[in-house]
Amino acid sequence: MEKKTGVYICTGCGIGDALESAALTKVATGEYKVPVCKEHPFLCSAEGAALIRTDLEEAGVNTIVIAACSPRVMTDVFDFGADTVMERVNLREQVVWSHPANDEDTQMLAEDQLRMGLVKARDAEPPEPFMAEDLSKRVLVVGGGLAGMTSANEAAKAGYEVVLVENSDRLGGYLKDVYKLPPSQPPYEELQESNLEALTQEVNNQPAIKTYLGVQIEAISGAPCMFDVRIRQNGQEAAERVGAIVLASGSVPYDPNKLLDLGYGKVPDVVTAAQLEAMFTTGKVTRPSNGQPVKSVAFILCAGSRDPQHLPYCSAACCVESLKQAKYFKETDGGMPVYVFYKDIRASGNYELFYKQLQKDGVFFVRGAVTAIEDDGSGGLTVLADDELTRSPIMSESVDLVVLATGMVPTTAFGEAFKAQAPKEGDEESVVPSDTILVSNILNLQYRQGPEMPALQYGFPDSHFICFPYESRRTGIYAAGSVRAPMDYARCTEDGAGAALKAIQCVEMVAQGRAVHPRVGDQTYPEFFMQRCTQCKRCTEECPFGAINEDEKANPLPNPTRCRRCGVCMGACPERIISFKNYSVAMVGNMIKGINVPEEDEEKPRLLVLTCENDAYPALDLAGIRRLTYNPWVRFIQVRCLGSMNLVWIADALSKGIDGILLLGCKHGDEYQCHFIKGSELANIRMTKVQETLNRLVLESDRVRLEQLSIADYERLPEILDGFADRVQELGPNPYKGY
Amino acid sequence: MAEALNGNRSILVVGGGITGLSAALEAAETGFPVYLVEKEAYLGGRVARMNKYFPKLCPPNCGLEINFRRLKNNPLIQTYTMTEVEKVEGEEGNFEVTLRTSPRYVNEKCTACGLCEAAATTEVPDPFNYGLKQVKAAHLPHEFAFPLRYVLTPEVLGTAEAEQIKAACPYDAIDLDMEARQMTVSVAAIIWATGWRPYEAEKIAYYGFGKQQNVITNVMLERLAAANGPTAGKIRRPSDGGEVKRLAFIQCAGSRDENHLPYCSGVCCLASLKQTTYLLEQDPEAHATIFYIDIRALGRYEAFFTKVQADERVTLIKGKAGEISEDPQTGMVTVQVEDQATGKILRDQFDLVVLAAGMVPNSPTVSVHNTQVAHDESGFMLTSQAVSGIIGAGCVKQPVDVATCVQDATAAALKAIQSTCRR
Repeated sequence: MEKKTGVYICTGCGIGDALESAALTKVATGEYKVPVCKEHPFLCSAEGAALIRTDLEEAGVNTIVIAACSPRVMTDVFDFGADTVMERVNLREQVVWSHPANDEDTQMLAEDQLRMGLVKARDAEPPEPFMAEDLSKRVLVVGGGLAGMTSANEAAKAGYEVVLVENSDRLGGYLKDVYKLPPSQPPYEELQESNLEALTQEVNNQPAIKTYLGVQIEAISGAPCMFDVRIRQNGQEAAERVGAIVLASGSVPYDPNKLLDLGYGKVPDVVTAAQLEAMFTTGKVTRPSNGQPVKSVAFILCAGSRDPQHLPYCSAACCVESLKQAKYFKETDGGMPVYVFYKDIRASGNYELFYKQLQKDGVFFVRGAVTAIEDDGSGGLTVLADDELTRSPIMSESVDLVVLATGMVPTTAFGEAFKAQAPKEGDEESVVPSDTILVSNILNLQYRQGPEMPALQYGFPDSHFICFPYESRRTGIYAAGSVRAPMDYARCTEDGAGAALKAIQCVEMVAQGRAVHPRVGDQTYPEFFMQRCTQCKRCTEECPFGAINEDEKANPLPNPTRCRRCGVCMGACPERIISFKNYSVAMVGNMIKGINVPEEDEEKPRLLVLTCENDAYPALDLAGIRRLTYNPWVRFIQVRCLGSMNLVWIADALSKGIDGILLLGCKHGDEYQCHFIKGSELANIRMTKVQETLNRLVLESDRVRLEQLSIADYERLPEILDGFADRVQELGPNPYKGY
Repeated sequence: MAEALNGNRSILVVGGGITGLSAALEAAETGFPVYLVEKEAYLGGRVARMNKYFPKLCPPNCGLEINFRRLKNNPLIQTYTMTEVEKVEGEEGNFEVTLRTSPRYVNEKCTACGLCEAAATTEVPDPFNYGLKQVKAAHLPHEFAFPLRYVLTPEVLGTAEAEQIKAACPYDAIDLDMEARQMTVSVAAIIWATGWRPYEAEKIAYYGFGKQQNVITNVMLERLAAANGPTAGKIRRPSDGGEVKRLAFIQCAGSRDENHLPYCSGVCCLASLKQTTYLLEQDPEAHATIFYIDIRALGRYEAFFTKVQADERVTLIKGKAGEISEDPQTGMVTVQVEDQATGKILRDQFDLVVLAAGMVPNSPTVSVHNTQVAHDESGFMLTSQAVSGIIGAGCVKQPVDVATCVQDATAAALKAIQSTCRR
């Protein structure tokens, strides 16, 4: 399609007062030979939008450049459909609101931003979505416990087919041995019946759910909407094609054999909470030592949890579980002595009312660290603890049974750490920080980066993002229930439904060739020009989402439906063979080349600033809204993620004569804020390499700098940008200028 | 009619805070049309006023920015600010909901250029900053506001100033005659995500909130610590702008108390732990004390608790604070507590005392065919409702943190989608 470009310059909101719009028009029509260029005093008005629309419909314009406010605002007004290539040049927030009016430097900034916009519009193509073949919208649910059954059920009720696999021969998971549930309804004081039977029946009666029991997943290959699952059952193999996956394999109680100090294994009447639960379900609540009825009991909370020697985290549900079990005894015999030894009683929300009720029921709550459990010589047990309230050692009365509230360990926390193949001789050692993936034999994904979900902390495949708890590092696979994070029954139920929604959403988006979170709806995807690939494996190693597999010759095998469109692969590729329709190494390179770099003697340095679209770019807008001012030598290019930065851009910029390059990206490290997980960190690693090269070329490494910036840090922008400009000025002009 | 009964795929989400916003996006991204209504002039709700999230200490506006971009890119969501639900009729699959939009006095032509604000002279207490600062009669609700559009407070209507403000706008965006509007939407399901408000700390008489200037609530401290807050992020004593060297937190201010809120508000422990870092980061010499009953840092949050606890400048004392009194001369605040570890009555002085005020749900007030939307005695919406197709989500249902709200919102989106295909 031949492009016919229209440029529309808004002179409202102070733009026309601060800039010489005729000179901008000249850039468009003169330098870039744009056939249509119009000014409007209020471009976002109905008339302004109509002006553009008329040109699109009647003048044959199909590519538009709007030089006005930030692309973050007026998006509904300036929406001309996905087929129209549109580029918005931010003259308001990032030029006239941040720089003095009618100033030569402000004008030059505006003109350069326009030039870059024109280049981008010229080089961008409308997206052609990737369409999956033989696509499936079915949901695979792995695990038939509370979260998994809920997930299967809820997805089916929304009209989706489900394949539910469970490795034991019965549905129910942990619930199978659960006697009753803690209260989730007013007055929040009474036990509730388990809903296992009803839930199982619902699953069994749901025609849209196909259940496999007593099975193991051999392998899952493919990608969203095209996952092929091999299931082994009694020596036979079944195959299913599914669109998305809910991982609900649950957790197991912490191994009590590791709790020798608490007497487990040595003293027969020390049992775990799970064992006690099973006693109540079978109706035989007796002392293991002698089969006599239990007349008194002590619960030890945080048995293994909140303990750096065991599980450093809090298992979240055990306080309320123990309250519930204390209630079992109190319901049977209100006068029975029941002790609870605790660090903090974590009965949040309305569980507080249940806690109050148990206090009323006469349960003795003792805040202290349990030091020992001893046989008192008369067949009973005493619990020794340091009471934190009285600061003195205390001892319980003799009790018949001690119950350890052991914590939760996710099923993903078992197995050896996965190691991608060792580098071959002569290969560069990978500097890319690898994910923690444990070979836990649950999903057995045929992914180059490892067979299971990457773990976040303590083996939980949880999301690192507070705002996006289902944010998964394996597109189309969503963890739910106690495998994702320690949680109670009520929350597992919600979580199963939430993950089911994410699975459904993923298949719907992928079926339209669109990306899922965070670049939701993006219809572009990376295309590989394989003839020039050198099998360096950087793309396959660096993709934060494990989207790219490898063949035996190390050729990348991209899976577009796993892709999240961050462009990290594009940034990683030394051969520059990876491109999106509207975002490529060459395009950004051309934008950089479009910057007008003054001669050395004009003493107008130029600074290229690459900004992350999620945080740094909006922060610059905020600086504009607050009318903060900063150095006008900057030239901004918005990038999908700093991880998409290709080192050739630095070379392009330096050979163009640009004096300094600043990368503004999200925080990396343990508390990373990069929405593409590792993008900002990868950019930092690449930049360190380029700094080494610069030093070798006797070109000061300070000319390239990376700053971590969050959206809320906009107040710091003047300091950062001015500080960098000062440093570059100290260094003097780029010696390559003019060559 | 048959089509209305069988073909209504729309969902109404009431409340544009993190829960409602997430629910709306999750449903729309699955392919369902959504009406998102919010009573304030901007989306984001309570979290928009937070400085940082625990445990990552990252800015809420980061996630909101992504959500707003999702919203801008999604033609299936229609957003109505300054709008509330007036009436609900019908049944699951076919609700008729009457909405009422209050006048903003600024129309869609607003470009957020700021000329109206420059023309305004009257100042009013800024609700966004809990009245800790004044704003002009024409103002942007806050700089991250979405939609990025000004509002005019009704106080100046009918004055010469209002006319001046109107005249200052070159885009004809000020509409002084704007009236409340009603509209009716037809939806299959309603997600109720009206969130929470802080407990009115004045009701805890012995803490003297409202009478003593240096006794504030936790939500106010969020604003004092925020770079875009009334003190540009410097935590100062409200009485005299003095430095805060000694800061105290009173946990369970209202919560876990049968005279106030019988439940535990779920997030205040972590919020206070987080807030200690605000001050200690600003002033390495400062000191923070937390008076608590139990520290409820569930799950992975334990690591955050351990980290804050390990800081020598943080003291944790188990004990519920009794009386709090401020010396009118010095502004110093004395907290009286029985230290449960020693059994002794402690009296300690602080520059600033923060009440960790609990969460009160903004309970639904509507009824459908005389059936009230069900909630418990505290106002929390019940999971199981007599009228199906009405789904509670987030803090209107239970006092929870942001991640749980979003989780719940996602689950609620699925429940709502089920309502669209049940009939």
